[in-house]
Amino acid sequence: MSTANHLLAAALVLACSSASAARTDITIGMQLEPPNLDPTGAAAAAIDEVVYANIFEGLTRFLPDGSVAPALASSWEVSEDGLQYSFTLRTGVSFHDGTGFDADDVVFSLDRARAEDSTNAQKGLFAGIDSVEATDPATVVVTLSQANGALPFNLAWGDAVIVAPESIEQAKTAPVGTGPFVFSKWVQGDQVEIVRNPDYWGEPAQLEKATFKFISEPTAAFAALMAGDVDAFPVYPAPENLPQLDADPRFSVVLGSTEGETILSINNKLAPFDNKLVRQAVAHAIDRSAIIDGAMFGYGTPIGSHFAPHHPAYLDLTGNSPYDPERARALLAEAGLADGFETTLKLPPPSYARRGGEIIAAQLREVGIKVEISNLEWAQWLEQVFRGKDYGLTIVSHTEPMDIGIYANPEYYFQYDNAELQQLMVDLEATAEDDARSEILQQAQTIISEDYVNGYLFQLAKTGVANAKISGLWENAPTQANDLTKVFWQD
Amino acid sequence: MRWLQHRNLWLGAMLAAVFVAAALISFLWTPFDVTKLNIPEKLQTPSMEHWFGTDHFGRDIFSMIMVGARTSIAVALVAVSIGIVAGVPLGLAAAARHDSPLDEIIMRSNDLVFAFPALLIAIMITAIFGPSAINAIIAIGIFNIPVFARLSRAAALGLWTREFILAARVAGKSASRISVEHILPNMLNLLIVQGTIQFSLGILAEAGLSYVGLGAQPPIPSWGRMLAESQTMITFAPHLALFPGFAIVFTVLGLNLFGDGLRDYFDPKISRGRH
Repeated sequence: MSTANHLLAAALVLACSSASAARTDITIGMQLEPPNLDPTGAAAAAIDEVVYANIFEGLTRFLPDGSVAPALASSWEVSEDGLQYSFTLRTGVSFHDGTGFDADDVVFSLDRARAEDSTNAQKGLFAGIDSVEATDPATVVVTLSQANGALPFNLAWGDAVIVAPESIEQAKTAPVGTGPFVFSKWVQGDQVEIVRNPDYWGEPAQLEKATFKFISEPTAAFAALMAGDVDAFPVYPAPENLPQLDADPRFSVVLGSTEGETILSINNKLAPFDNKLVRQAVAHAIDRSAIIDGAMFGYGTPIGSHFAPHHPAYLDLTGNSPYDPERARALLAEAGLADGFETTLKLPPPSYARRGGEIIAAQLREVGIKVEISNLEWAQWLEQVFRGKDYGLTIVSHTEPMDIGIYANPEYYFQYDNAELQQLMVDLEATAEDDARSEILQQAQTIISEDYVNGYLFQLAKTGVANAKISGLWENAPTQANDLTKVFWQD
Repeated sequence: MRWLQHRNLWLGAMLAAVFVAAALISFLWTPFDVTKLNIPEKLQTPSMEHWFGTDHFGRDIFSMIMVGARTSIAVALVAVSIGIVAGVPLGLAAAARHDSPLDEIIMRSNDLVFAFPALLIAIMITAIFGPSAINAIIAIGIFNIPVFARLSRAAALGLWTREFILAARVAGKSASRISVEHILPNMLNLLIVQGTIQFSLGILAEAGLSYVGLGAQPPIPSWGRMLAESQTMITFAPHLALFPGFAIVFTVLGLNLFGDGLRDYFDPKISRGRH
């Protein structure tokens, strides 16, 4: 009897002492599961949200504030004419499989990304690169066809991370990078687990283990947080629960900015949307504040063009498309559609799209545009809308940083073809100086806003929820990432 | 008034009538327009103006329940009709050609459909052909066919051995004429009882399909989707889930009681034996 009591007491002491030590593992909740784990081969944001800065690193990287910092390249120099970048690489870096990192890996990665048959989702990032050469094991010279001040920025993207030729075959299921975490396992449909890399070249991570858990249902996400199954949800999917979570001392709610321009995409080649008057009518029929209130419970910043409000070059162009149903009806009449018309609104799963879609459908109905809503799963949406371009309207958040360049691609799913804008983007590539770049970016914002290419709704807020004891998570989302390098538990 | 003695019958009838009435009235009038969103008035608790409160888009929940009743009833009614129109002739044919290859083919195909989990196939159908009220009707309807086919075959088999049928056969009537003129009228009460029960199951199935987003699409209100949409708000706005939840419960309860009551009414022997 007394022995049993002693044992019990000892067990209790043990339990308490282990509970008081700071935890070294974390479970991160994500709404979407990545289709694979190779960031250089597919567009899905969920890939970068798992691997960026954790498993894979590029020559440069984004810091939490969106600025570009050295990563695998410790420094770089630009030639006088701006055509040659010479990157000095870090030495003593090795991939997780033990193979060494050197200039040949950089040449391999960049050549692979910009190759003809590359499936890289952001090939535009490498468009101006003429050649990549390894002059010695620790130096890579990138030669451009024309000066491009944004090269370090471009190379910081998840799509430009450095991979090794030895392990690239398996990158989709078992990625091998140089980052502070090593891929451990992927339970499909459930979670990806990564563990600390003991041989990391830089400052090692504080966490020993991190698990990314995929929970698509907002209700389940709420339950998982409440039950402690998930420690943090960097992009919490149900904004309606935030006040409640914020009031709970166990959690901290951090509102930050994202690069997600949430837009009502319009199929610019599909009649009657090929008529600018019709697109303008749509823009005036939309009441942004009702959408932000109704779909996002107030979280979000109205935008009037495809540009992030926290960027220095941002222009507030919401004045081009104020809510004015009378004007919208007049514009439709002018376009010869006084009786309105019918179109489709295809919605992917996120609540901003599903709820926003219902609100927009009601607003468009007010001006005589009959909208048939169909709710699609992501795979269907990518198939029908993004690749198939079989849609009238859709709602989606474009979460890549500085992605205004997509408007210069007439093949992109909203099929906007404007030579003036395309020229601007070429000019932008060739401009290195900040002020001049800003000016070009502002011109581009104005053009697409005044052309009413899409309905510009709001900038997605980063609604992060985390256990109050966790420090070091990114407050903003300058790129699609869950960088866990600096994350730790406070006692 | 014999039917007044059947408590289930009138209780069920009253409950069901409330929702049928709500559905019918909604064609002419609802307190508020359910397609019009009014975001500034969202998530209001029940009040004199909005009897059941407002939802996350500021729509009047009472009006949505009324129009939602229409969706549920329409889907269930058409689905049950599909089951009856296709299932009863199959059952009658199988009974008329008892033990023939035709009987085997009909009944084994019924078993095949029965063997599938109904909701799963309904999800498959709507996933292939796209979510809509029409596809929900077809999906639910298909699963009503074997129910009615079996019921009518069993009932018809019993009737085929009766003297009046024998008399009709001796008189030289064809099997199909006997089925239509003598067998069908004698099993109508069974069909009505089963129809009522299938109707309540149809409402449940429609709610289930709408809940997973495969039923009627927005902006048409549907109880199942109202439940699904209120899920994340249940902790701070429970009325969003309570009212459509109650609507489903009471409609299904009412129809089941009504079906039970009808059975007792048509067949007093069973009723006395059970109570």
